[in-house]
Amino acid sequence: MTDTAAVASARWRLKRPSIIPGFGLTLGFSLVYLSLIILIPIAGLFWRSAALGWSGFFAVLTDERTLRALYVSFGTAFVAALVNVVFGVITAWMLTRYDFPGRRLIDAMVDLPFALPTAVAGIALTALYAPQGWIGSLFMPFRIAFTPLGIVVALIFIGLPFVVRTVQPVMEEIDREVEEAAATLGANRFQTVSRVILPGLAPAILTGFALAFARGVGEYGSVIFIAGNIPYVSEIAPLLIVIKLEEFNYAGATAIATIMLLISFAMLFVINLIQAWSRRRYGNA
Amino acid sequence: MEVTINNIRKEFDRFPALNDVSLKIASGELIALLGPSGSGKTTLLRLIAGLDFPTAGKIFFGEEDASHHSVQERNVGFVFQHYALFRHMTVAENIGFGLKVRPASTRPAKAEIRRRVLELLDMVQLGGLEKRYPNQLSGGQRQRVALARAMAIEPRILLLDEPFGALDAKVRKELRRWLREFHDRTGHTTVFVTHDQEEALELADRVVVMSQGRIEQVGSADDVYDRPGSPFVFSFIGESSQLPVEVKEGAVLFQGQPIGISEPAGGVGELFFRPEDVALVDAPDALFGKVTACRRLAGTRIAEIDIANDGHAPYHVEIEVPLHAPIELGSEARFRPTRWKVFRK
Repeated sequence: MTDTAAVASARWRLKRPSIIPGFGLTLGFSLVYLSLIILIPIAGLFWRSAALGWSGFFAVLTDERTLRALYVSFGTAFVAALVNVVFGVITAWMLTRYDFPGRRLIDAMVDLPFALPTAVAGIALTALYAPQGWIGSLFMPFRIAFTPLGIVVALIFIGLPFVVRTVQPVMEEIDREVEEAAATLGANRFQTVSRVILPGLAPAILTGFALAFARGVGEYGSVIFIAGNIPYVSEIAPLLIVIKLEEFNYAGATAIATIMLLISFAMLFVINLIQAWSRRRYGNA
Repeated sequence: MEVTINNIRKEFDRFPALNDVSLKIASGELIALLGPSGSGKTTLLRLIAGLDFPTAGKIFFGEEDASHHSVQERNVGFVFQHYALFRHMTVAENIGFGLKVRPASTRPAKAEIRRRVLELLDMVQLGGLEKRYPNQLSGGQRQRVALARAMAIEPRILLLDEPFGALDAKVRKELRRWLREFHDRTGHTTVFVTHDQEEALELADRVVVMSQGRIEQVGSADDVYDRPGSPFVFSFIGESSQLPVEVKEGAVLFQGQPIGISEPAGGVGELFFRPEDVALVDAPDALFGKVTACRRLAGTRIAEIDIANDGHAPYHVEIEVPLHAPIELGSEARFRPTRWKVFRK
């Protein structure tokens, strides 16, 4: 019996021989884990939305309110992730490049959005940016809270640590010599930063962008307080799903969820391709 | 470009890395800064480049006082030990970088930059690789790209910091010979830092031997090897043995006994000689001791000898002996240095 097993494994192998043991164990564990936590729930999602049939599915998809909600969700998440790229890179730069009293404190503060219950963030931001709030009143008659702009503000808050924490370690590893080389070649400080340092950080920035964007698309807790939730204007797709659920329209809710899932997956897949491409080009960036 | 370094002093957090260093580098010269790590050789190179600034002293490029000029203003080519290539740029973009960042008034046209890049690539024998990225090149190729990149800006002086330090022995030897040819062809004033004496002696017109932030000796390979100016240079360059001696009435005494060689001035000092500069003798006034090890080395033999007179602590020396000499493990060897130097204390 051991003989046949040996023959079989000689003919076909799932993995190439390696001296590191435990491939079977880790693969098995990962698959079970992923199945229980991610794959089975997502499959269930597709299953439930399939109850609608194609026509029902398209009816939900082409509903004006659904389209507006998806547009608001992906649009605000995209804008917020873009803002976070700028904001996050500057923050990471400050934290890695300079040593000043309170640096560690600010470093720790960056992670706060990870830890804070998002509803708390939402309520705090709403209080500040509402027309009567401290910051919101400064901008009157231009309204921030209860518009898509308010959603962007909340998503910037939620997404910042993703960009900072992905860019920071890569920035710390930038070789001092590369900057010196640029200087000896006559590049001034601005040229060194814009042509040498930032392009070298591009893969990390892209990862941070993808994470912040993905997080923003799925964000619910903080957004519903500041958004005002006006249908067709500032209603996000996750909220629409909750509304459908409250109406016991489970199929409709899962249909919207399926669409969100597909769009998110497509976008993350494209971002991954870009990263793989840049990694091949620049080496292990 | 002639470079003059006047009484340079450099401190890092009050710790002196360079101490009153002066050096004159002639135009078109190939100079090696040689020393153990911590001797200040890289610091001196970085001061010439303008990557660091001296605590005191001046640096002249020709007649011009460059001491306070920024690295951009100095227009020097600098090659780093670990290449420091821009890895998100192709080879061609790396080499053209220094021309592309020039202000619009002095920047060559695109086509001209491209022409120059290809010309430099040919010069470093990497023609056809302009579209590669640095991580697709070997170490030796990367270092040549770094050299081409430094040459692109037509530097007034070329500075190389341990340029072959990260390469394997074979590539290092090839590149060393190639750099010498490259220098002879282009005639750039070149300063390179190394801790490898073989590299310094083979490659450089003049070698600057440094130790503990000071220049010990400046001279040709022959000068520093055959006529070392200090105990440090004698022991740092090449193999040597060292014995405490006393000079009395013209004779050199080791542990109170004459060893058959003479010196003009008297006093206590250190006797230095090289393993190859000895002769076996059959005389009472010589260095002698028991052979503790014997090994074949190409065309000669190396004998390790513990020399000591009765009642004194032994000193370990190595000498080269002819293959046919009657020297074997455990036997007694008698020899005298044929060339030596006594540094008085």
